[in-house]
Amino acid sequence: MIVAQQKPVSEIAQMISDCKKVLFLGCAGCVTVCLAGGEKETDVLASAIRIKRTLESNPLEATTFTCTRQCDPEYIVGIDNLVKDVDAIVSLACGVGVQYLAERFKDKWVVPALDTKFIGGSVVHGLWEEKCGLCGECILHRTGGICPIIRCSKSILNGPCGGSQHGKCEVDKDVDCAWQLIYDRMRALGKLDKLMEIQPIKDWSKSRDGGPRKAIREDVMIDE
Amino acid sequence: MPEFEPKIVAFCCRYCAYTAADLAGSMRLQYSPNIRVVEMPCSGTIEHGLILSTFEKGVDGVYIAGCNLGDCHFLKGNVRAIKRVAAVKKILDEIGLGGERLEFFHVPASEGTKFAQVANEMTERIRQLGPSPLNKNAAGNAQKEGGQTA
Amino acid sequence: MSNLSKLQQVLDSGQFTVTAEIGPPKHSSAEGIRHHAEMMQDYVDATNITDNQTAIVRMSSIAAGVHVLNSGIEPIIQMTCRDRNRIAMQSDLLGAYSLGMRNVLCLSGDHQKFGNHPTAKNVYDVDSMQLIENLRRMRDEKVFFCGEAIKEAEPQFFIGAVANPFADPFEFRVDRLEKKVNAGAQFIQTQCIFDMERFERFMEMVRERGLDQRVHILAGVTPMKSWRAASYMQNNVSGMIVPDELVERLKNAEDPKREGLDICIEQIKYIKEKIKGVHGVHIMAIAWEEVVPEIVEKSGLYPRPKVD
Repeated sequence: MIVAQQKPVSEIAQMISDCKKVLFLGCAGCVTVCLAGGEKETDVLASAIRIKRTLESNPLEATTFTCTRQCDPEYIVGIDNLVKDVDAIVSLACGVGVQYLAERFKDKWVVPALDTKFIGGSVVHGLWEEKCGLCGECILHRTGGICPIIRCSKSILNGPCGGSQHGKCEVDKDVDCAWQLIYDRMRALGKLDKLMEIQPIKDWSKSRDGGPRKAIREDVMIDE
Repeated sequence: MPEFEPKIVAFCCRYCAYTAADLAGSMRLQYSPNIRVVEMPCSGTIEHGLILSTFEKGVDGVYIAGCNLGDCHFLKGNVRAIKRVAAVKKILDEIGLGGERLEFFHVPASEGTKFAQVANEMTERIRQLGPSPLNKNAAGNAQKEGGQTA
Repeated sequence: MSNLSKLQQVLDSGQFTVTAEIGPPKHSSAEGIRHHAEMMQDYVDATNITDNQTAIVRMSSIAAGVHVLNSGIEPIIQMTCRDRNRIAMQSDLLGAYSLGMRNVLCLSGDHQKFGNHPTAKNVYDVDSMQLIENLRRMRDEKVFFCGEAIKEAEPQFFIGAVANPFADPFEFRVDRLEKKVNAGAQFIQTQCIFDMERFERFMEMVRERGLDQRVHILAGVTPMKSWRAASYMQNNVSGMIVPDELVERLKNAEDPKREGLDICIEQIKYIKEKIKGVHGVHIMAIAWEEVVPEIVEKSGLYPRPKVD
């Protein structure tokens, strides 16, 4: 899932300080699962900013709603009536949702309430960890199912570098060395010889370096 | 001007504080009339949003009363409540209402006196702090649209 | 200008080689580098020029290399993968060769977190292994990293790499060294050796696989000024093992600097005489370049061989 975290309330409040009526729009997708922008978080944020504004003698009319997903046009079409007379929309979705809103509601001020951090999964309740570097060309079959692109601080493809000690990365003693994990796993699987192959330089054009990427499945596209 | 009488909402766990309130009654203990008790199935059912909306309605103080550590009927509900209260206190500080208007107390079922003591203690604290700027009925807030920063 | 690296000639001749290290300054004056180079000139066969070491902005290693070369020493240009993508790397390397640089040391580079620009974006487009392999292809196959032909004057670098016997997993360190040799590394400089026992075990594995026959290994040594410096390295530098005895010895010394030099000299003599398969020593006198001549002399490595 996409993992995001809420910006400080005061920072969000600042973005809409000159607005009188605002829609706080949550998203029931990834950000609900990572407890950053679901229905509950949307209500809490709206409530907090409403109180803040009242205390500043600049009352805010805040309404809340949570879309099924903000990253599908179908789901934001339905909120036209909620958006009609607000000065701004505070989106509690990832960066994708914010952009979909800005695109659809051309005359509205749309601001992000979250910082979109990474894609990953949960470790325990309340803790999420980055797992995938979105490099566009998966190499997990060569690295024992552990991604060095994102889990190695240097994205090294022929690791581990000289900064790996006691299983930890030089960057932080709390960070596992991805290449130690890869080594351990490949050894357990009896596939250490695979690590002796020199991994060639990567085609980063399949990553963000090639501009915004598209994924297409023509068989499911609907011809009009 | 009459002395400020705070309005305080006490979210009380059914297995401890709420029972303790009954006991306080049976014991004929006098305690602050400023508190409004809301029965909860467990202090762990409290949520960030509920606390904030309670403040939005204009109450001057809120507290959550749960079991002693280790005594939760649902094992860890009180531990979770404590963490949530801490998180909401942070929000209250950040938005200017002040985290001290919110508190968590341990009130075991067998301690009617503790229940009364906590009610009095919180009332006294809020009395000192003065009315919540969101309390439209409090003297001094009524005429000022929106109140002032706490 | 000769095409052959002097370092390569000394190593290939089988003589015990000495390299040192010059750290470029955090300013734009070359005075200090020239001074250090002139001072070391007769005592070393080549010097490394570090590339923004520990991710602190310093004068470019290639520019500093020009000053060193003009002062009479052959530079070994360090190139990290942290700050340049493959385009900048190749461009800089072509330029370096045109300026007379003949040796390149390929490294991953310390993470930017340790430097004075911790909020920088790192590059790591290519890793050190890939840099070695592609530098070799530039020279031997006359192609750029992308495979396109270099029509003329391909850079013929003597390619170096690093090995850290003190990092983990220990068992894989020799594998990785072998991988670097397979990629095209011709000389190896190791991380600073303080734990001699571990280095000996490492070298044993190196010899078992005959790697010492395929690559020139230079053992890294560092003189320490005080027990505090030793203790700092022991606790704060990842991929470094500093035995307690060493810290104690410096702590108890009347003249810690003298003791630090003596330890370093002892280490060099030990490595040269007792550890087979080591082809030279790489002296990293970090911010203490002026002691290099003395270390070389007292280790019995002076005078250095002359090469045309």
